[in-house]
Amino acid sequence: MKTILSRPVYGTLSPQAGSSHLLVADAEGASAILDLARQAPEGFFASAHIMFIPGRSGERFQQSLKALKPAQYYEGPSVAAALPRLKWTLANAHMGLRIYLAGTEGLIGQMMLAATEAGIDHASIQTEQRGSLARRMQCVHCKGITENVTTQPATCSHCGLLLLVRDHYSRRIAAFQGVCINAEDPTEIPQKEEIFR
Amino acid sequence: MSAGTTKLNVTVTDVVAVNELVKRFHFERTDGDDLPTFSGGAHVVVEMRDNGTTRLNPYSLMSSPLNTRDYTISVRRDDSGRGGSLFMHNRVKRGMEMVISYPVNLFSLDLRAKKHLMIAGGIGITPFLAQTAQLASSGGNFELHYTCRSETLGSYTDVLRDRYGSRVNLYYDDRNERIPLERLLSGQPLGTHLYVCGPAGMIRWVRDTAAAHGWPDEMVHYEHFAAPQPGTPFDVTLAVSGLEIRVGEQQSLLEAIEAAGVDPPYLCRGGVCGQCETNVISHDGTFKHNDHWLSAEEHCSGKKIMPCVSRFEGRSLVLER
Amino acid sequence: MGINFRQETFRDDFSFKNSPEQVRRFPFPFNEDAYMYAVNIEPHVPGPRNSVFEHLIDVDEHYISEMQDRAMVLAEDPLRCQSLPHMTLAGWDLLELLMVEKAKSYPEHFTLTRDGDRWRWINRPLGIDDTFTFGDVSTLPYGPMEYITRQSQGDFAILDQRDGNLWMDAGTVTTQADWSLDFDIGMNFFEWHAPVPLAHEKGIFTRALKFLTNIQQGQPARRLNWTMTINPRLDTSPENFHKWGSDRLTVTPENVGDKVHLRVELQSFWRLPRSNTLVFPIRCYLIKMDELVAQPKWARRFHRVLRDLPVELADYKGLTRYRPTVVEWLSKYDDGAPTSPGFSPD
Repeated sequence: MKTILSRPVYGTLSPQAGSSHLLVADAEGASAILDLARQAPEGFFASAHIMFIPGRSGERFQQSLKALKPAQYYEGPSVAAALPRLKWTLANAHMGLRIYLAGTEGLIGQMMLAATEAGIDHASIQTEQRGSLARRMQCVHCKGITENVTTQPATCSHCGLLLLVRDHYSRRIAAFQGVCINAEDPTEIPQKEEIFR
Repeated sequence: MSAGTTKLNVTVTDVVAVNELVKRFHFERTDGDDLPTFSGGAHVVVEMRDNGTTRLNPYSLMSSPLNTRDYTISVRRDDSGRGGSLFMHNRVKRGMEMVISYPVNLFSLDLRAKKHLMIAGGIGITPFLAQTAQLASSGGNFELHYTCRSETLGSYTDVLRDRYGSRVNLYYDDRNERIPLERLLSGQPLGTHLYVCGPAGMIRWVRDTAAAHGWPDEMVHYEHFAAPQPGTPFDVTLAVSGLEIRVGEQQSLLEAIEAAGVDPPYLCRGGVCGQCETNVISHDGTFKHNDHWLSAEEHCSGKKIMPCVSRFEGRSLVLER
Repeated sequence: MGINFRQETFRDDFSFKNSPEQVRRFPFPFNEDAYMYAVNIEPHVPGPRNSVFEHLIDVDEHYISEMQDRAMVLAEDPLRCQSLPHMTLAGWDLLELLMVEKAKSYPEHFTLTRDGDRWRWINRPLGIDDTFTFGDVSTLPYGPMEYITRQSQGDFAILDQRDGNLWMDAGTVTTQADWSLDFDIGMNFFEWHAPVPLAHEKGIFTRALKFLTNIQQGQPARRLNWTMTINPRLDTSPENFHKWGSDRLTVTPENVGDKVHLRVELQSFWRLPRSNTLVFPIRCYLIKMDELVAQPKWARRFHRVLRDLPVELADYKGLTRYRPTVVEWLSKYDDGAPTSPGFSPD
């Protein structure tokens, strides 16, 4: 599918040289950590901290993640609930900490934003997308963020404008851009299609 | 339009022997105006006219970037080099007029850093003198670790200690003191950037150790200008200009191309900036690559050469120049 | 002789227009009868008298009114001017560049006196006389970038150079051709140009980046870019697209001459000395179709360029709805005669 260069590209998690490891995942993202564990060197998880947000579809991974015996294991109900712990961890970390993010784009983007604010270059963060393709979208007009956007176009949950969800993505906002789709002629109302699943 | 360097006409206002190996040179603009402002880590290319031979060597600016009255550089004498440092030491005197380039920075501070960790070896201290002055004036958080052969050969150790106290850590080889690199690298707060300048072996050691300790490449900065090495003379065909030239024993390929009246762009003349990258049309022989710009694959490909620092041995070499 | 500053608006009643002298100095961007992307970069050196290139930083008759429009935009939406924390030093660099160039080129309007760090800046057209300490943000009413760009025509993007790329980490953008600084700040060169069609495939941005990262102090460069705008509206931001987008439906054969504007951006590229960053001043010039067709060569050529523009580019520039009406209107001024090479009128 044709896309543009500001659309993030995700990879496959792999163990990196480092003195400690912070792995954050939501839902199916847990399976990316389990895949990484198969190639991790001896003792990798002894200096690892796993933060997991199971959501509705991630409960089946909980036991397997715990079985990796990470030095620290956390489960939380949402990204917002996990962020204070993540920020504290980053603020007290030393160089040599490696970061791995897996799951939905919303999780990867928001956790990456916290890590870059702590001084880590985004290019050094390992990412892997798994699970839902729903998008986090910022309305360019009112600046409100709409979570879990699955349709094209989509309605802004703040100002109600009908928005074209672009592939243009901002790391600093951790969201795709939504632009009014019928600004030239507001009487044109295109049909919504479910395309980000 | 190709990028390149703009020139400044300067007068040598002072030459100071720092120790038995290092001399410091002060330049002011010959027309009396202020010099351009620069950023810590910048270098200038100094033109040396030596009995018909022109040498252009890059030197880091070590004066404070806040000072636009004069620029200072320090030159370490290299008795086995091609003569650039000997020319500076033996021939350049106070009052002499010279030509230098505008400042160019290929070793810039990353101002996003929560902290700057600097590691210097020998004459590699010079860019850090400017960078620490810049950071100190804006309240920047830095720490400098500087290793020298001996106390008498350590340039500017006293100045740095006076200015920055315990933020400067000194290590002397003749006392078997060594930078505790592994301990240093593991104790830095997240968001620290690492800078290293010094001999090639030291840069390799610091970069390799940092990588092994999980420091991302984006946070490790280094500057090492390769000096062109003397070597066996060789012949080159410049296909675009239709010229046959010979590169002398003490001459770099770039200098030989320039002597023939062809002017490839350059900024650093030390194998770093990539400006003078030249395509090889055909060759029969062996390349002596000495740059930090081309990748290992490009070095093996036989299709590119950096004429500022690299040489050739063999029967024929045809370049796209 | 000073500049005759016009009092005019770029919104509501849209009273903007160009004097005949201003029309003659308009930077017409097409040197042939067709348009395609190219890395059309040249050295930014002073050009002919009475051209927009006469001075490296151009001030013209619209200066005061454009600055009033900028102040209104920033009052409505302060996010149009942003600087990431590591870019303050670059803001001082930009302040110095703009003050020095303006004072040198227009001494009757601007005066800069420097005594060490103690600077006095007089901007007569805007009635400003401030004394401040260079490098000390507490001595100015705004940050250095905001302070000086509230007094300088055109948008400004400041790029940090790291890892072989350019990162748009600061800017003041109130007259943009439909891009959002608030969304794009922090992006690298390829990311913020990502929505531009066709040019990536042609390798344009890869070559442009290689050129731009090698721009050195004392050697600025420039290029021209263009689009079209309905009504002389400076603030064509995506933020307000839902408010101005419907302007595009208002074009009729009767109002093309007054309503439709060619919008030319003079982009220049400068290395800033203290921060080793680059600044891109993006200066916008507007001309009405009625003013443009006063030059027969420009009328013929613009007719041909617009008629033959690839669909992707017309869509990207937002011309699609009104292009046929404007092409039809312009065709009256194109007798099919050949045009001479180069930008200038015959």
